[in-house]
Amino acid sequence: MIRTEKLSVHYGAFTAVRNASLSVKQGSITAIVGPSGCGKSSFLSALNRMTDLIPSARITGKVMIDCCDIHDQCRSPAELRRCVGMIFQKPNPFPMSIRRNIELALREHGTRDRAELKSITERVLTDVGLWEEVCDRLDMPALQLSGGQQQRLCIARALALQPQVLLMDEPCSALDPIASAKVESLITSLRGRYTIVIVTHNLAQARRIGDDLAVFWVNKGAGEIIEQGPAEDVFETPSHSISAAYLSGTRG
Amino acid sequence: MADADSVVQPQVVCASSTSSSMGDRATFRDGTVSRDGPMSRGAAMSRAGATFRDRATFRDSAKFRTVGVRVKESVATAIVWAAAGLIVAVLGWILADIFLKGVSEVSLSYLWNDMEDAGRGGGILPIIVSTLAILMVTLATSIPLSLATAIALTEHTRDLSTAGRLVRRSLDVLAAVPSIVFGLFGNAFFCIVLGLGYSIWSGGFTLACMALPIMIRTTEQAIRAVPDEYRYASAALGMSRSTTMFRIILPAAAPGLAAGLVLGIGRALAETAALIFTSGYVTRMPESLSDSGRALSVHIYDLAMNVPGGNARSCAAAIVLVALLLMLNLLSAMLTRYVGQKTGTSMFERNDG
Amino acid sequence: MTSSSPNTLFPFNADRWLAFVTRTCALFSAIIVLLVVTFLALESWPAIQHVGFGRFVTDASWHPLSGLFNLIPMIVGTALTTIGSLFIAVPLGIGSAVFGCFYAPPRLAGFHRRSVELLAGVPSVVFGLWGLVVLVPLLAPLGGSGQSLFAATLVLGLMIVPTIALTSQSALQAVPSQLISGAAALGLQRWVIVWRIALPAGKSGIKTGLLLATCRAMGETMAVLMLAGNVAKMPDSIVSPIRTLTTNVALEMGYATSEHRAILFVSGLVLMSVVCIVILLMDFAGGWKNG
Repeated sequence: MIRTEKLSVHYGAFTAVRNASLSVKQGSITAIVGPSGCGKSSFLSALNRMTDLIPSARITGKVMIDCCDIHDQCRSPAELRRCVGMIFQKPNPFPMSIRRNIELALREHGTRDRAELKSITERVLTDVGLWEEVCDRLDMPALQLSGGQQQRLCIARALALQPQVLLMDEPCSALDPIASAKVESLITSLRGRYTIVIVTHNLAQARRIGDDLAVFWVNKGAGEIIEQGPAEDVFETPSHSISAAYLSGTRG
Repeated sequence: MADADSVVQPQVVCASSTSSSMGDRATFRDGTVSRDGPMSRGAAMSRAGATFRDRATFRDSAKFRTVGVRVKESVATAIVWAAAGLIVAVLGWILADIFLKGVSEVSLSYLWNDMEDAGRGGGILPIIVSTLAILMVTLATSIPLSLATAIALTEHTRDLSTAGRLVRRSLDVLAAVPSIVFGLFGNAFFCIVLGLGYSIWSGGFTLACMALPIMIRTTEQAIRAVPDEYRYASAALGMSRSTTMFRIILPAAAPGLAAGLVLGIGRALAETAALIFTSGYVTRMPESLSDSGRALSVHIYDLAMNVPGGNARSCAAAIVLVALLLMLNLLSAMLTRYVGQKTGTSMFERNDG
Repeated sequence: MTSSSPNTLFPFNADRWLAFVTRTCALFSAIIVLLVVTFLALESWPAIQHVGFGRFVTDASWHPLSGLFNLIPMIVGTALTTIGSLFIAVPLGIGSAVFGCFYAPPRLAGFHRRSVELLAGVPSVVFGLWGLVVLVPLLAPLGGSGQSLFAATLVLGLMIVPTIALTSQSALQAVPSQLISGAAALGLQRWVIVWRIALPAGKSGIKTGLLLATCRAMGETMAVLMLAGNVAKMPDSIVSPIRTLTTNVALEMGYATSEHRAILFVSGLVLMSVVCIVILLMDFAGGWKNG
């Protein structure tokens, strides 16, 4: 589904990610782990061209999603981002009602029919488990929801566009344990229907939900993938010494 | 930020140094037995011994708090309080005097009637109408222009780009240009070159030039204050920048925008010198925007300087102007407080997931 | 701040439109200053051509109707009122800022700040009116009619106090609190902390405020117009009536023709140039500080 070939992300003269080659299978959940500052978020941002928003960012290497090069001149980033959704570390619902949060992007991408909007809203909110909680107050400001609810709303918002891929940048790290558990179970319920790439600090979480694992580490000043493969294999029998140390908690 | 709270504490510390509580903890005194410190510490101190004794010991510190120092502190405090008090007193004096001298002339009919006797009688309705008309022209010109420029500065130029810097610098200069110079410019450009003559158009456009820098500055601040998260979320959903701007960022920045608007209005209302040579002196009720009209501030000036015996009426007009500005000031304060409340209201404390 | 790299700049037409319109407006806003300078220069040109800069200082006096165009009395008037007003405003303004930051209890600090902001909002005509109606009679016993250099300078000083007070207060509040705490922990007295640590640390912000206040004082017209007496001669004493460049323009613009009018534009140009230079200096100095 997703394949990167020697992807490097540069911010001006600083290289955040070097020669990252990753393969992600369709419908799987791939966890990207590694200590802070090793380029995991930069890597993720490169996958849906969010790096374009940063003036000094430069990408080298290839990113293929569904066998299409994302930097192909014929495709716009907007189209790409409709197919590849992103969930951020800190929940960022728009400062408007719950309903509008979901409908805004839908309207932008062409869905105007009211009945259709309503049904999509109900569907995605049910998918994320929010429907019972908010069905009677859809016009309430989204910012009044709790942190976990906001994050689930953000996921619903992305799901409304029916993407193929979901990129998640530490979606649970800003949440308390109970909310985190709810979001985590939501993510596992999406397995199979969506291809998910999740960056996480939490090795236990990666172990719980990841089908595949990629370990990032800083090597010569830039982040590199030092090991990747099925999660169980990498956790049980890591082939790289550093990843072995990191995954067992000996190094942080 | 060093706010008043965090700085009051040092004063407390200094004050208590004169009390006995500090003096009891004589742990450094000679490094010998301390009254309430642990023995081991005292012993360690005495081992450090000579080096400690060479420094300014607490025992000796009393001599620094001489009478001279305390007097200087009191004098400084007195000076500072006097300065602050003087400013507030002057403000009160000005407002009170204007009020007392003019209040007898102010009434509902004053605001509603036409003018008589060069302003010594009747009301100021034509003046109010002219002022509002000029304000309308100013706002109609400067609001779109300032909004567009602010959007360009925040979204379409990189922070340190040359174009952005040039625009900002030219606006800085524009903000500092004296109002009489604007009067000259307005006269030369709007009245003569553009052929608008002494009219509400000319006055309005000139004031728009003057209000533009401050409105652009506040609009830009309001837009920048909107958290980047919304922009990222919007981009991740593949939404266009114009949708992001008009449906997410501007509504979120609305109170800040309104506060800027209010500031712009205040600036325009208070302006006099630029209007004298662009919208003129005429006291008749303006029939169209091409007519000349006298603004409230110009009226105050004219009654005070050119009309003998017009002082009281001038004060009355000043009361109207100051009252308007006070209301605007209040509105702006409420709006800025509302902005402060809105940012950072997401409820992360709730734990029900 | 988000921006876009060229290859993803405008996938949407609406975006292209928005960028075009906003950039055009920004350009328009930026050239207003140029327009002002251009028209001032255009209108001044006849004066410079026919009269020449030299005569602005060598003519006998300012009697435009007789063709005498010595601007020196007005320049001196501007200089004196500006400097005098700074003398009044700087201690008051900085004192007020220090009060608000370091001496006032929190609620009083808020009240004081709002009062200063209110004073900042009082229009110059109202200041002039108050000066005319209240101060001038009080000052008349000192000599002359009361409308004098002294009256104008006094009120001008009061007018620019809020500019200095508010910018200085911002500068002082921006001083890192660790600096203050550190000084207090060393047992320094409050006034020492203010005088030796906070004020030097806030120096650049305070200087900015001073420059802004200077520009404001130089450019002030209405209050000075109502209080300075408006006689175009060099002042003999502090209670002599004077004119400044600004009030000169305001008084004579109404009936000035051709050369006379052009010379008024020259004085406008001079004022504008001084302000430009001050602001640009400030911007450059600030720019260097930011690296």
